[in-house]
Amino acid sequence: MALGAQPHNEAGIIQPLPSGLTAAFTLKGVRQVKDGMTVLDGIELDIPHGAITALVGRSGAGKTSLLRLLNRLDDPVSGDIVYRARAITHYPVQELRRHVGFVFQTPVMFPGTVRDNLQAALTLGGAAAPTCVLTHADAERRVAAAMALAELDGTLCDRDGDRLSGGQKQRVNIARALMTSPDVLLMDEPTSALDPETADRLMETTRRLSQEQHLTVVMVTHRLSEARRTSDMTIVLERGRVVAMGRTTDVFENTTNPRIRAFLETER
Amino acid sequence: MPPFVESAAMVSRSILEVSWVDLAWAGGLMLIAVGISHWQKLGLAQRLVIGAIRTVVQLMLVGYVLVYIFALDRWYLVGVALLGMLLVATKAAVNRQFRASRTLLMITGVAMLLASGLTLLYISTLVVRVTPWYNPQYLIPLFGMIVGSAMNAAAIAAERLASEMAARTAEIEAYLALGTTAQQASQQPVRQALRAALMPTVNGLMVVGIVTLPGMMTGQILAGASPLIAIRYQIVVAFMQAAAVAITTAIVTLWYRRTFFTSALQLKVPTHAAAA
Repeated sequence: MALGAQPHNEAGIIQPLPSGLTAAFTLKGVRQVKDGMTVLDGIELDIPHGAITALVGRSGAGKTSLLRLLNRLDDPVSGDIVYRARAITHYPVQELRRHVGFVFQTPVMFPGTVRDNLQAALTLGGAAAPTCVLTHADAERRVAAAMALAELDGTLCDRDGDRLSGGQKQRVNIARALMTSPDVLLMDEPTSALDPETADRLMETTRRLSQEQHLTVVMVTHRLSEARRTSDMTIVLERGRVVAMGRTTDVFENTTNPRIRAFLETER
Repeated sequence: MPPFVESAAMVSRSILEVSWVDLAWAGGLMLIAVGISHWQKLGLAQRLVIGAIRTVVQLMLVGYVLVYIFALDRWYLVGVALLGMLLVATKAAVNRQFRASRTLLMITGVAMLLASGLTLLYISTLVVRVTPWYNPQYLIPLFGMIVGSAMNAAAIAAERLASEMAARTAEIEAYLALGTTAQQASQQPVRQALRAALMPTVNGLMVVGIVTLPGMMTGQILAGASPLIAIRYQIVVAFMQAAAVAITTAIVTLWYRRTFFTSALQLKVPTHAAAA
C-alpha cells in the first residue's frame, strides 16, 4: 500500500484515501530526472477516482513534472504508475491519453474555428479515434455537448480560435479535452493566465464537471485559495517529494509542521 | 522551324580560349571586391583573398580530375566520382544544421542517394539516353546539378523542421495529449519544412529565362552550342532538379520527424512546460 508510508523525514500530514474513494492512480517509488536534476524523488501516493485532487507547492517543487507522468507526456526514470489497477505502460498510449485528458497552463489553439478545434479531438488519433463510427450529426452533437459542459457560449462555435479571450480559450481547451469523454482531466495551472473572477468561474465549472460527470480531476495550482475551495484532496510537494497529503480541509487545517504550515498560509 | 533558325541551330561557334594571362586579368575583378571591403572596413578582405585562392585551386583540381576520368573512361571511376560528390554534399548539408547528428547525417545521405540516384537514372536512360551508360561527360555534370539542388533542399528541410518543432512544442504536445499520432501532432512543422524546402525550386521555375539565365545554359552557349539546344538541356535540368528536390525533401522531412518522438509518442525536444 502506497499510503501511510512516510515519504519525507519532515513530512506533514499524510492520510490514506478517505473511505469510499478508490484510487484512479497509484504511484510507487516514482523518480524523475530532467536536465540532470532530480525533480521528483520517491513519490508514493494515491489519487482518488471521481474527486478533485490539487497538487500544490512552490515553484520547482515538481508539480507539473508529476502531472505530465499521468498521461505519459513524460515517463519517469524509475518507479511504477498504476492507472485503474493496471500499469500505465500497459495501455496503448493513444488510448490512455483519450481517457486521461490534459489541459495546459497556456491554452493552445489549433488552426481554425472553435468547432475545428473541438472536432480535431474526434478526427485525429489514428486507430484510437472514433471518427469511423461517428456521423456528422453525432460530431456536431458532441461539439455542442462539450461546449455546454465547459460553459462556452454556443454562438462562439464558428469564431476563429485566435479571436477569443484568455478565459474562452482555456474553456475551449477544456471542451476539447472533454471531446474524447475522458475519465480523468489533468489541469496544469489552468487559471494562471486568467483574472481572479474568470478563474473563479472556471473553478466552479471544474467542480461541477467533477460532480456531474464523475470526472477525476488532478489540478496543479499555485493559488492555494483555489485548491482550498475547489479540491477534495490536496497533495503538497516540496523539492520533488510529497510532504503532505490528505483531505483538503485536513491538510489546510491540521498540518502542524511549521514550514509546510507557513507555505499553506502564504495567501491568507 | 524557319530556315534562319534552323541554320542558327546548326552553327557551332568556336570557343574563345581563356589563357592564364586572361585569368590574371580576371583576378583584377577580385581586387575591386577586396578594395571595397578594405575601404568600408568590412573585415572581409582576407576571407575574399582566401576564397579567391580556393576557387582557383579547387577548380583546377576538379578540372584535372575530370580530364583524368574522361580520358580513362571507366565506369567504376565515374561511380567513385559520383559517390564522392554525394558524400561531400551530404556532409555540407548536415554541417549547416544547428542540430547536426549522426542520425541526421544518415537520413540526409540516404535521402540524397535515393533522390539523386533515381533522378539520374531516369534522365540518363529515358531523356538524354546517355551512351555508354556511364559516359562521364554527361553523368558527372548532370549529377552535380542534381546533388547541388538536393543538398540545399535537404539542408533547408532539416533546419526548418527542427526549428518549427522547437517553436511549436506546446501545440505538438496539445495534439499528443488528445491521443493523436506523432504524424498528426507534427503536421504543421512538416508542412512548413516541406514548403520552405520546395519554395526556391518553385520560384526558380517561375522566373527561369526571365530574371535569371541558368548557369548551365549560359555555359553551353558560351561553349558554342546553339541556344535552342541549350534551352532544351536547361528544361531537362529544371525538371530533374525539381524531382530531386521533392524526393529529398519528402524523405528528409518525414524520416527526420520520427527522431523527434519516442516510441511512447513523447516529444524529445525540450519543452517549455517541463520547468515547474
